Amino acid sequence: MTGSALASLIAWAVRATTSLSVKHVGHSFSGAQRIYFANHVSHLDFVVIWASLPRQLRAKTRPVAAADYWSGGLRRVLAERVFHAVLVNRPAGGDVHAAKEAVTELVEGMSGGCSLILFPEGTRGSGANVAAFHGGIAAVCQQIAGVELVPTLIEGTQRVLPKGELFPVPMLCRLTFGPPVYYDAQEPRRLFLDRLRQSLCELRDLKSSA
Amino acid sequence: MNHDLTVIFAVTAAVLLAAWLLGRIAARHARPANASTIENFNQRVGAWWWMIVVVAASVGAGWGGAVVLFAAISFLALREFLTLVNTDRADHRTLLAIFFIVTPCHYYFIYRGWYGLFSIFIPVWAFVLVPISAALRGGPRNFMARVSEMQWALIICVYFISYAPALAGLPELSRKGPNFGLALYLMLVTQVSDVLQYAFGHLFGKHAMAPAVSPHKTWEGFAGGVVCATALGVALRRLTPFALVPSIIISLVVCLTGVAGGLTMSAIKRDCGVKDFSSLIPGHGGILDRVDSICFAGPVLFHVTRFFYG
Repeated sequence: MTGSALASLIAWAVRATTSLSVKHVGHSFSGAQRIYFANHVSHLDFVVIWASLPRQLRAKTRPVAAADYWSGGLRRVLAERVFHAVLVNRPAGGDVHAAKEAVTELVEGMSGGCSLILFPEGTRGSGANVAAFHGGIAAVCQQIAGVELVPTLIEGTQRVLPKGELFPVPMLCRLTFGPPVYYDAQEPRRLFLDRLRQSLCELRDLKSSA
Repeated sequence: MNHDLTVIFAVTAAVLLAAWLLGRIAARHARPANASTIENFNQRVGAWWWMIVVVAASVGAGWGGAVVLFAAISFLALREFLTLVNTDRADHRTLLAIFFIVTPCHYYFIYRGWYGLFSIFIPVWAFVLVPISAALRGGPRNFMARVSEMQWALIICVYFISYAPALAGLPELSRKGPNFGLALYLMLVTQVSDVLQYAFGHLFGKHAMAPAVSPHKTWEGFAGGVVCATALGVALRRLTPFALVPSIIISLVVCLTGVAGGLTMSAIKRDCGVKDFSSLIPGHGGILDRVDSICFAGPVLFHVTRFFYG
């Protein structure tokens, strides 16, 4: 089975298992270079976002995944051949050198106009709150101009495959894409990261008031 | 029997065709104010086509096909129900067991016709094992809510729904092979009752029935729908072992329990703060929105038939 046929099959299977419902708030898919940034609750998160993209965009949109989780056997094959993931070693807090290396890998991953799927929280949360964002995304934006930052809200994946579990339970999942946000070189980094985080939280508040 | 089934499907297809034509004419000539009602109507008719085709195909595939269809319905219903309710991260393994052990075993017992087993497997065995699993893994936090909701999910989504295909295996009725007549009677009467309650309510509805639970149900809709569907049930009594008077009573009971099912599921939805269980079926909502009347009417019909007709 060719790589792209397998990719389509996996994407369909993921969408069917989660009966994925996708909502676009001030957003539409485009070929522009983007970073889709999302909240993080499960290893399935990027798979779900990836599966919701139109087929042509899927080949050019690379998820950023933790190298330590996606390095074994089947996972590595999937990560490289199917998802075209950018595998990054998660830098320990305070390790500046490792953080710089991670940013370099991300920037390299975007060469050729590729987009990224990124989780700025750095680690999986419980789903209740969106944690403060790490600085990597800001560093990437400093080096690549004109990237559209699309806030992507994921809901439900923590129940399909929670932290520490091996087998998924079929549960309904929801994805909301929000209006693109742009990097401002004059803005202090902390404010920029807060602005990004806020755009994600707004998507969540939108849901509960609707 | 097969002749009756063919006639039933043909008549149903004809009714749907008429509804579809009506919908297209209305869409062409309607005032803009009615546009969304008509679009909703057309979506519903479209979904009905698919549902009839799926049911006909699985009945055509025989007993195995029907059991597989309802097992799939139970899976989809479980997914909707459990997404809404309070399970904990720690209940993951219990949920895995619910989806991949309890449900397949239960439907296997239905397939084999082992009444003694399928009638107690969930109410006794699952009810004993689920709380133990929840207590050992998740501890006491939110215990009552978690366990009750998982048990409730099993009862509504698996146990109750499975009585619909189980009707085809009732021993006295199926000596010469599975008898889909009673199951079709159940589905037709409950679904027509739903549709007519909606239609009568739309046209003549004035006094709300249970506004806190279900804003659209009215007494006028209820009366019109139930009376007409009971009449349909009596007209369909060839599919059942009932004589005229019992068929009036039993058809009425099926309609009333169907309404009870609908109201109960509405109450659950309001409690969870949603309008539909999911948006799986365009125009209708989720699978639970469609089978809510069958959930309650199925077990009642099964046991009434079993008790009085052997």
